[in-house]
Amino acid sequence: MSETRNIAVTVNGKRYERSVDVRLTLADFLRGPLGLTGTHLGCEHGVCGACTILVDGQSARSCLMLAVQANGHEIATVEGLAPSAERLHPLQEAFRDNHGLQCGFCTPGMLMTLVEFLRDHPNPTEGEVRVAISGNLCRCTGYQGIVAAALDAAGRMRKGG
Amino acid sequence: MKPPRFDYHDPETVPEVVGLLKTLPNARMLAGGQSLMPMLNMRLALPDHLVDLNRVEGLAYIRETGGALEIGAMTRQRDIEFSQLVLERCPVMHEAILQVGHRQTRNRGTLGGSLCQLDPSAELVAVAAALEATIAVAGPKGTREIPFSGFPKTYMTPAIGPDELLTRVRFPLWPRPHGWAFVEFARRHGDFAVVSAAALLEEDRGKIKRASVTLGGVAAAPVRMKEVEKALVGQTASDALFRDACEACRKIEAMQDVHAPASYRQHLAAVLSRRALERAHARIGAAKMSS
Ligand code: FES
Ligand code: FES
Repeated sequence: MSETRNIAVTVNGKRYERSVDVRLTLADFLRGPLGLTGTHLGCEHGVCGACTILVDGQSARSCLMLAVQANGHEIATVEGLAPSAERLHPLQEAFRDNHGLQCGFCTPGMLMTLVEFLRDHPNPTEGEVRVAISGNLCRCTGYQGIVAAALDAAGRMRKGG
Repeated sequence: MKPPRFDYHDPETVPEVVGLLKTLPNARMLAGGQSLMPMLNMRLALPDHLVDLNRVEGLAYIRETGGALEIGAMTRQRDIEFSQLVLERCPVMHEAILQVGHRQTRNRGTLGGSLCQLDPSAELVAVAAALEATIAVAGPKGTREIPFSGFPKTYMTPAIGPDELLTRVRFPLWPRPHGWAFVEFARRHGDFAVVSAAALLEEDRGKIKRASVTLGGVAAAPVRMKEVEKALVGQTASDALFRDACEACRKIEAMQDVHAPASYRQHLAAVLSRRALERAHARIGAAKMSS
């Protein structure tokens, strides 16, 4: 039997208390016990960015953290982006309107990466957007739609969209 | 479940960590996790005990003391990136850190983790060599200091004992104004460099007084190009001087791997060290004009 620990984690504003195996990654914790499968796993070794989430407001690869390390911290995942079941986040709207996704596999990681980026850089250049998503791989779009969506979203969010 | 089975420890003080390392067999320390976690997920690392340093207090700080920058081992790369002190007093480190991975990895990755991982292409490792950093490690007998030149033991292995941990790095500062540059060639933004070059220059009355030229990614550990440095000191900077001096970089024994043959690395070494020196020198001029 391998070691377990009790942890308390806030995910998208909701507090969860669970007993976890110490070797469980944070990504698997979100997707398994919590059922939050919006966070995707592409490579599971820190290369693709699909598993990007926010830890205390800062982006991180959830495949490179253990669930025990999230104890006492606040996590934000893609499930928490939309303000309601009827309304999307302006960044999500911009992705839809600019063909920022095709298969959607990279999308949760792209969104969480860009949420942090646009919060810190509300008025970015195209070059800055490209650097910001350099740690996220997309096999479908060729990135053009994603970059357009990010720039569009920045405009919408500046207007309070 | 990806990582192998291990027992997990999350000590809160350095002496506790040392105590654990002394008694636990086959233990690994977990810092920012940007190298060890992939190795655990792929089961390339199989520790029986994982000692998580993320709750250890007093290991994350950046401060200036006695002509040097002291940075705690668990300082996140992000905090180095956004440090005003680093930007003003050690701009070569700032330029280097922007080329370390991506926002998501710099948010978690640490200085100490990068140095102990000792990847031949790691930017912070090259910066430590360029600035002749001193590494402090804590162990059962207290703290000892290792000059960076003695820190790499072999490929990706630092010269520290299994019951020791890196606690602090001291980077001696160059006087104001000085020239600096960190340039690298990588296949994609944020990848490890195929070759990187760090240059620092100090001038006195139009002549180069001191020079530091370091190459990363060419050998198991960063290479200080003493031959180039010697050829520069006492001379008046010029494009020809830099170009000719950097030709020596073509002779270094370079590694080869799937990314590039040795001959390509030697070529990059000569080109990137020249570019780094040119940029560093231009910046001395710019600093003088603005001060
Ligand atoms: S799944 Fe985490 S970076 Fe690819
Ligand atoms: S939309 Fe398919 S991977 Fe990006």
